Amino acid sequence: MSDKIKSGKKQWQERVARCKMRDIPFETVSGEPVKMLHTPDDIRDMDYMDDLGFPGQYPFTRGVYDNMYRGRLWTMRMFSGFGSADDTNKRYKYLLEHGQTGLSVAFDFPTLYGRDSDDPMSCGEVGKCGVAISSLADMERLFDGIPLDKVSTSMTINGPAAILWAFYIVTAEKQGVTSDVLRGTIQNDILKEYIAQKSWLVPPEPSMRITVDTIAFGSENVPKWNTISISGYHIREAGSTAAQELAFTLADGFGYVEAGIKAGLDVDQFAPRLSYFFNSHIDFFEEIAKYRAARRIWARQMKTKYHAKDPRSWLLRFHTQTAGCTLTAQQPENNIVRVAWQALAAVLGGTQSLHTNSMDETLALPSEKACLIALRTQQLIAHESGVTNPIDPFAGSYFLESLTNQLEEKAYAYFDKIEKLGGITKAIEVGYPQKEIAEAAYRYQKSVEEKKRIIVGVNEYVMEGEKPEIPLLKIDPQVEKDQCVRLDELRKKRDNQKVQRTLDDLRDACKGTDNVMFPILEATRAYATLGEIAGVFKEVFGEYREPPIYW
Amino acid sequence: MSKKLRILIAKPGLDGHDRGAKVVARALRDAGMEVIYTGLHQTPEMVVEAALQEDVDGVGLSILSGAHMTLFPKVWDLMKEEGIGDRLLFGGGIIPREDVETLNKMGVGKIFGPGTTTHEIVDYVQSTVPGDDR
Amino acid sequence: MVSKAGRGSISEALLKRFTAGDRAACARIISMIENDSANSADIMSGVYSRVGRAHRIGITGPPGAGKSTIVEKLAAAIRKEDKTVAIIAVDPTSPFSGGAILGDRIRMSSLFTDPGVFIRSMATRGSLGGLALKTKEVCDLLDAFGKDVIIIETVGVGQAELDVAQAAHTTLIVLVPESGDGIQAMKAGLMEIGDIYAVNKSDREGADRLVGEIEMMLEMRSQKNGWSPPVIKTTAIEGIGVDALVENINQHLGYLNRNNLLQGFMEENIRSEIKQLVQQRFSNALWDAQNLNHLLENLIIEVMNGRLSPGEASKRILECWIRECKKG
Repeated sequence: MSDKIKSGKKQWQERVARCKMRDIPFETVSGEPVKMLHTPDDIRDMDYMDDLGFPGQYPFTRGVYDNMYRGRLWTMRMFSGFGSADDTNKRYKYLLEHGQTGLSVAFDFPTLYGRDSDDPMSCGEVGKCGVAISSLADMERLFDGIPLDKVSTSMTINGPAAILWAFYIVTAEKQGVTSDVLRGTIQNDILKEYIAQKSWLVPPEPSMRITVDTIAFGSENVPKWNTISISGYHIREAGSTAAQELAFTLADGFGYVEAGIKAGLDVDQFAPRLSYFFNSHIDFFEEIAKYRAARRIWARQMKTKYHAKDPRSWLLRFHTQTAGCTLTAQQPENNIVRVAWQALAAVLGGTQSLHTNSMDETLALPSEKACLIALRTQQLIAHESGVTNPIDPFAGSYFLESLTNQLEEKAYAYFDKIEKLGGITKAIEVGYPQKEIAEAAYRYQKSVEEKKRIIVGVNEYVMEGEKPEIPLLKIDPQVEKDQCVRLDELRKKRDNQKVQRTLDDLRDACKGTDNVMFPILEATRAYATLGEIAGVFKEVFGEYREPPIYW
Repeated sequence: MSKKLRILIAKPGLDGHDRGAKVVARALRDAGMEVIYTGLHQTPEMVVEAALQEDVDGVGLSILSGAHMTLFPKVWDLMKEEGIGDRLLFGGGIIPREDVETLNKMGVGKIFGPGTTTHEIVDYVQSTVPGDDR
Repeated sequence: MVSKAGRGSISEALLKRFTAGDRAACARIISMIENDSANSADIMSGVYSRVGRAHRIGITGPPGAGKSTIVEKLAAAIRKEDKTVAIIAVDPTSPFSGGAILGDRIRMSSLFTDPGVFIRSMATRGSLGGLALKTKEVCDLLDAFGKDVIIIETVGVGQAELDVAQAAHTTLIVLVPESGDGIQAMKAGLMEIGDIYAVNKSDREGADRLVGEIEMMLEMRSQKNGWSPPVIKTTAIEGIGVDALVENINQHLGYLNRNNLLQGFMEENIRSEIKQLVQQRFSNALWDAQNLNHLLENLIIEVMNGRLSPGEASKRILECWIRECKKG
């Protein structure tokens, strides 16, 4: 640092020492203290070409594509699904009409757990927090009138991902669309289920086998499809810090890479189709730094540790969703503002695809009106704010680059810990990430209750006796009844012997080493239900139960 | 021996979001209570049987999946059937106000929504559990 | 404060329901025992004649060994033999808050709705060993309730092994291959006290080596009652080795029976239970007295000022107590 700057800083520090400070910890939402001021000194060890480089070029810190949003805006992909397939189909058409550029399917809990709508444990849960899909017939109704060769669809499904994917592929088949043109993503990230979202099916080892099967199948038969969306969103929602979200998500990613390599696949065969899914939380700068750190870490590890040769294997492409857990039930209109800057952070962080939450989501599933505002938020940013003009405008910022470096360092520290525990699967078995997350969630809650962290409308600027004026979405209990009737009819109309045969074939494949996708597709074509197919998995591999986490 | 409050915290149904349940369990523990945490995917029968065997003072259900109008009444009915209808049944999650009112009318205790502090919950439990002859 | 007459009718009513097999009554009485209520003493007197049928199995070991999974599988296997089971899962009370998170049930949820299984979670409530002070009494109660097998599970820290061995006919110690540097890292008590050793997660590396090490250590120690503890490999989560465990547990009980060791065990168990209860009651009674607490505070000042040693101070308190007793 030049002498002039050094002495200038000293003087400034002396002046600051005499200033009055507000009495709050100046930290990010993750609890990281933020220095008041950053100077060239903070980034003096950085090398532009090594650490930043150019967009579309290793290490991709500045963005994965050469011209980023100047070439193509991010995909505006609103996560939605509720009630019956027909209800959701309507919502999809509404959103496409209003300018949404990609579809994203939210399934209800029974579907997420591989259970049919008429399963005893599904009682009361059908269609409540997503769409109910119990068979190919439901999937066909979901995409009725939507040409699958013209849209890209993301499906948030994990345990039974292979099955729902098969439903989609066969639905396309019936539309005359071959699998080689299909574009989309299945979340299919089972490791984070054990850590955070908890919608698992079978234990880790067989899950990884099924995941590798889907990856292998995808690389041969559905080349434009992203077979995993390695997710940090849920880890963050469960209460983790930004560094933990970054570290555990990437650790999961590396876990899949290792599993694929172990299974004999060439890393460049499947790595280009691995994609990511991050949260966009409330601390503006921390989030931007996080995305940049993620790209750099992935690129470096893929190149130097896993020896990927194809530059596309070094690319971390990601979808972002604004943080649901930061929304408040109190004064819900404030959420529109929160979502706006969270979306902005994601865009400034270079996301490929974005979902913005609706303001009423703390109270119920999004209403049409709230959903539209959320979509418009993205369109406003894209067309009015000007931020899409320059690429990675924060590069070189003393503060933001320091923050990016800091998060990267923290991530590597977590990687070491996980390595010492024997890898991510072992770490999950002993409950390490789960415990870290529960701790962070508790610390956060305490800081809010002690008013060290202010949440407008909740612990400050509270309005007593407020009544929400927003129309809430209600799910008709008739949906569940109708689904049960449909399933009944389906089971009567189909060729049950054929169904049995396909399920037997699947059982054999599970017990052996054949790729399970093929028998699943056959079972799908025969109109086996989700519960029946998932039932075979559970039968052969057992159902997973979580370890008791010692607080 | 001092008497300790024993509270069961349960996640009934298929909902896997346990961040809140764990934070509440911990807060109750920090307030000196013995918290039996049942984990995920409990049927109403499992919840009530556990409550009975553990002789709890209160049962707290955490439901964010929208299935509360099925699960709360089921648990409540079973509690009464098994002779532990004198214990407190309360809960939290994503439950619209009108449903909360309906449940309250049935005899279910307070239901805490987003933004509730752990203090509120601890205070409520401590002041509301039935006094008894243990 | 309930009158003695009132107490009588509460105890009577509960006792009636308990004897008729009412689970809620049993659960309520357990709470009373835990809280050391006057009613509980009455009730225990009422049921004690029926104590003595159950086979008590204690299970302990380091955290993460998979004890809860083993307990669940064991219970299920025992149920297949048409016996009823009670499980007492003990977890530590937080020394700071006095509260506890009792999370062992999570691993046993498949047993929740089996009417032949009764699961109770207990917090140690200040007891320094692995068991709560009242665990033995609760065992007695569940014995009187008619349970064929009672499994006591606790984490092997502190004096847990000793406590468990005193409370159970058969003590099962569960270890895992990753327990660090093998046997060397383990506490002395662990090798002395077990009747059966299980090496769980035996599909992991180092399992066979650990089995070998344990067998070697067992050969070197003196045998408890002449019984040679077997070492069994298990992978509880897949149910492997559970049948062998059950067999050995039954064999151990058979061994105790044939060699008339049960009587001796009961005597020891009762002796230690009475002593513990006396100690606890005495200590409570002593510190309940206000003047003794004043004396204590004064003595602390004296000790702080170097005029007295803590040993001297304790003598004075006891002398004061004895004088109080004499005064009647």
